[in-house]
Amino acid sequence: MTRPLMLLVALLLALPARAQTVDPADPLASVMWETVREVVFPGATMVFDDHVQVFSPPVVEDTMNVPVSVRVDGLPDVEEIVLLVDHNPIFKALAFFPVQAAPAFETVIKVQEATPIRAAARTSDGVWHVGGLRVDAAGGGCTVASVAASGGDWDRLNEVSGTAWRRPDGGQRLRFQVVHPMDTGLVDGIPPFFIERLSIATPEGRELARLELFEPVSENPVFTIDLRGHAGAVVIAGADTDANQIAARIGVAPTLFGLMEASR
Amino acid sequence: MRTLLFALVLAWTATAARAADLSYDLMPRLIAPGTYIVEGRREHFSRDNGGNIVNTAFIVTETGVVVIDTGPSALYGRELRAAIGRVTPLPVVKVVNTHHHPDHFLGNQAFEDIGVSATAETADIIARDGQSLTENLYRLSGDWMRGTEPQVPTGRLEDGAEDIGGHRLRWLLLAGHTASDVALFDETTGVLFAADLVFKDRTPTTPDADIVAWLASLDVLEALPFRLLVSGHGSEAADAAPIAQTRAWLGWLDGTLSTAAAQGLSRTEAMQLPIPAGFSTLALAREEYQRSVVHLYPGLEAGALRHTVGRK
Repeated sequence: MTRPLMLLVALLLALPARAQTVDPADPLASVMWETVREVVFPGATMVFDDHVQVFSPPVVEDTMNVPVSVRVDGLPDVEEIVLLVDHNPIFKALAFFPVQAAPAFETVIKVQEATPIRAAARTSDGVWHVGGLRVDAAGGGCTVASVAASGGDWDRLNEVSGTAWRRPDGGQRLRFQVVHPMDTGLVDGIPPFFIERLSIATPEGRELARLELFEPVSENPVFTIDLRGHAGAVVIAGADTDANQIAARIGVAPTLFGLMEASR
Repeated sequence: MRTLLFALVLAWTATAARAADLSYDLMPRLIAPGTYIVEGRREHFSRDNGGNIVNTAFIVTETGVVVIDTGPSALYGRELRAAIGRVTPLPVVKVVNTHHHPDHFLGNQAFEDIGVSATAETADIIARDGQSLTENLYRLSGDWMRGTEPQVPTGRLEDGAEDIGGHRLRWLLLAGHTASDVALFDETTGVLFAADLVFKDRTPTTPDADIVAWLASLDVLEALPFRLLVSGHGSEAADAAPIAQTRAWLGWLDGTLSTAAAQGLSRTEAMQLPIPAGFSTLALAREEYQRSVVHLYPGLEAGALRHTVGRK
């Protein structure tokens, strides 16, 4: 028997072994979930919970730019929300700490192939509540070079642009984009290079929300966050894996955040 | 081991047999003198439809056949050519790709001996992206794609009229659905082939759209004295209603997403906005709307986020 054929047979034999580890409670019946759980949350208490809602378009065309939003409704004291992609080479996309923000956010991520996308929300009792959905996708998002790595605009590295909108509840909607290649390190000859942390605070230094980012977040990512009880200016600070600093200030929200009806 | 090998061979044979049975059963329909449409389904690509979601068309002139688009696979191209052969003994003399989307050019292999024409932009995009567009259709359509390879058009289309076998054919080099969209107005029969600049009862797709350019192209098409309108998706029409329908959708899409971006909605919030009941006749409205948000919203929200608030 030739070597390639033996390899093929070995692969075929290996497939069912992996499929046996599906958690029967997993609503997405993912072959990778047990692995994700062991790697990202060793020893933690986790429950599947519909209070954690993830939204993304069901069919992904551009695997480099997949908008994903997470919303936790009806769970008290959410301290951290982790965004996970089961079938990515790197499972964890980001961790969001909603210090004084709503337990909800939107960002843009890369996916390698059709996959479950999940959010795990940790409540103050230490339990992780997991929700998610499955997206279909063409291949390749994590193993493609960033536009920047292929010769982009390095002068704008870590430039922040953004706007705030006042909310009727006294808080504000914050949307901002950071210019960064967010290279995964999975492309030959391009080392990992990504934003590691972003913090949103009042100009006096009181933290309002915090993000820890990992390789699967998209190039030039956009973030949407709702701050509670603070309508004034905010300061965004952060750093990437090369310790380049990010520093920006978004002024007082000039206009009202609203749904379409509000403008008519 | 021998059993396993046998099973592998058996599985392979079964797949091959199924592939051999696949047929699009293309039925050209006469819509004007010498003019045929091969109408596809108003669906998204699937293993069920094999990518037959597109209209191709051909004109039988006195000296030969002009083919407008070649379909989503090599198999489709071969079946299209066979269907033409059942209609007329005349040779195919000209084949065009209206734009670079894979359902319009992946049948090119069946016309390799004649050569396919397109604009320089379309040929360049097919040369650059043809491989990845093809790979994605293998994923979506499966076995129907067997043997399909992207083939870059070698002939060039020029803006203007030419005479072929008693038909005065005016080529219009437009844009908006993609960077380069060709429409054909047959002045002899009054048939306008609008390709994907016009969708009828099927939601327009926008992965490469420039809405402003697209709307301008619709104005050009509407000004032509056509008697019959053939769109890239959906059945033919005797009036300009499909142009109005396409314009209405694009206008709503652009207005809605611009407003949403200015009001601070996130991408996924924009995706969940209601679609007016007036568009209920459009197939795949919600799916295409969500795809359009992914295509168009980043450009629109860049305006809303335009305030540069910090540098490193």
